[in-house]
Amino acid sequence: MVKTILRRFLQMIPVLFVVVTLVFILTRMIPGNPATAVLGPQATTEDIAKMEEKMGLNKSKLEQYGMYWNDILHGDFGTSYSYNKPVLDLLGERIPNTLALSLTSLVLAILIGVPIGVYSAVHQNTAFDYIVMSLAIVGISVPIFWFALMMILVLAVNLKWLPAMGIGDWSNGFWGYVQYMIMPVICLTLHPTATFARISRSSTLETINTDYIKALRSKGLSEPKLLWKHAFKNALPPIITVIGMQLAYCVTGAMLTETIFSWPGMGMLIVKAVTNRDYAMIQGTVVIVAIVFIVVNLLVDLAYMLVNPKVSYEGGQKS
Amino acid sequence: MSEEILKVENLKTYFFTASGVSKAVDGVSYTLRKGEILGIVGESGSGKSVSANSVIRLLPKTGKVVDGTILFEGKDMRAISDKELRQIRGNDISVIFQDPMTSLDPVFKVGSQMIELIRTHNKVSKEEARKIAVENLALVGIPDPESRLNSYPHELSGGMCQRVMIAMAISCHPKFMIADEPTTALDVTVQAQVLSLLKDLQEKTNTAIMLITHNLGIVWKMCDTVMVMYAGKTVEFADMKELYKNPMHPYTWGLLDSIPKLSDEGKADLKTIPGVPPDLRLTGTCCNFYNRCPYATDICREQVPELVEVAPGHKVACHHQNGVESLERGKEAVSHE
Repeated sequence: MVKTILRRFLQMIPVLFVVVTLVFILTRMIPGNPATAVLGPQATTEDIAKMEEKMGLNKSKLEQYGMYWNDILHGDFGTSYSYNKPVLDLLGERIPNTLALSLTSLVLAILIGVPIGVYSAVHQNTAFDYIVMSLAIVGISVPIFWFALMMILVLAVNLKWLPAMGIGDWSNGFWGYVQYMIMPVICLTLHPTATFARISRSSTLETINTDYIKALRSKGLSEPKLLWKHAFKNALPPIITVIGMQLAYCVTGAMLTETIFSWPGMGMLIVKAVTNRDYAMIQGTVVIVAIVFIVVNLLVDLAYMLVNPKVSYEGGQKS
Repeated sequence: MSEEILKVENLKTYFFTASGVSKAVDGVSYTLRKGEILGIVGESGSGKSVSANSVIRLLPKTGKVVDGTILFEGKDMRAISDKELRQIRGNDISVIFQDPMTSLDPVFKVGSQMIELIRTHNKVSKEEARKIAVENLALVGIPDPESRLNSYPHELSGGMCQRVMIAMAISCHPKFMIADEPTTALDVTVQAQVLSLLKDLQEKTNTAIMLITHNLGIVWKMCDTVMVMYAGKTVEFADMKELYKNPMHPYTWGLLDSIPKLSDEGKADLKTIPGVPPDLRLTGTCCNFYNRCPYATDICREQVPELVEVAPGHKVACHHQNGVESLERGKEAVSHE
């Protein structure tokens, strides 16, 4: 187990190298000059040249790439020009906001989606199954931006129940914070809940009709035990896969949702960085996101090992 | 004659599918006495497994027992509650399935599955259950049972898995065991071992066994009584020796005839029964075997033959059971006497 984790961490190095390089190339391919973006359209050619020198943009691309690596290896992801702050500090401010939103939605999605899916599998082809699975299709296909705007229109503008945008403050008490979260969380929960419900249903359907469940039933085990102990544990791997994917997205932040609700998280940061041609910011966030994806993938693989004894990453047969 | 443990009378189990009602079991009757081995033979799809599974209500959602009585130790198995049924399953009646490799839960260790089963039916501690599990594994001839408890099913061979299944089946001292083609998925050499193990255990514990198979050689070696099934119906039920000595149904003759014999000179083709079994959605108006039976007459096309006791303990469902002498041709083909 420890060996596996170590090996997987070593495997991260080439992946990160490729990510950093790709991001460097891609940001340089974005049309527009960062110096102009910082100074505005009225800037003189001289000002722009000065700014370019300050930002290191007058050097050759290869030199810029070298400097970039040098900074990263010293733990410096550069300074964001649009915010005039070190990238890491900005990320440190934004990540907790994003996590508050996305982890809440993820946990809700698991708690709602998975049991609904399993229940539908057991009651396959009943009214409940049909209704829930139709709703799941709606949940997967409804456009988030439309749904968010409709919620704002109804719940915030017309009914005035909830604030339309922004982030709350804990100093205003629990409700003072949570009321700002409700709409974005509903938005973010919709899609994963539907996905989890569908994957749990199909995966459970496969396992409840297997020979071993029939064999265990013939031994007098109760139905809840058959379902939750045996069928569900066997159905877990695909469910873990989709949860892992959603978990990784949690950290990138939901760009659309955060932008619509003006939630100051990672998603909004990335969107702004791109529109401002903020090279350091884009590079920093993408690398962080890449690291998160790799770590989550590792966690998912480790979870497989826990639920499925046939999976062993040590290579060869377990003795 | 020892006491009856299981009595099945005119059992009918139908499958209600989108394309019609499939009469998988359509009139099956047999009795099983304590310590006896009953063999159920018949080709694929003749309803062997379904009739056995009907006894402990182990049918898929589309399947339903629509008629007949199933009495286990005098209890009506169709009427008892789910709770009573769960107490009987695995405890009084246990089942050994066809494919041992897929009949064990792949994500739990053998030991934890055995202990779970033992503790479902007996009030014992984990340690005691573990001890029982080790004893049973040793009993079915698994070497180093203590460490096998920590194995996952995929770490065992097919024969080992089937031994584990048998160990689980006997762990609550059942009065009746259903062995549903227990050796079909195993190598031939392992088949013999598993069968002699079953026979040994049966002699030691005096458990009644229902052995489902399509191998008449196994029946000859193992069974006391035999039921021949065809297209969901009992066509013949008799003591094993009686059946081999005096088979009365043309289908039984065909079955016995299709066993390859070492004494056969040269390399003659295997004898087969021409034709195919009927569509189970369309049966129930005539003798199901008439289109393949060389002796069929008009009555076979028009009436369903009743299962009639022609000699003590020997039942046949054939319109010609009284006139079998006239069908000598078929009997000559049977060289088992």
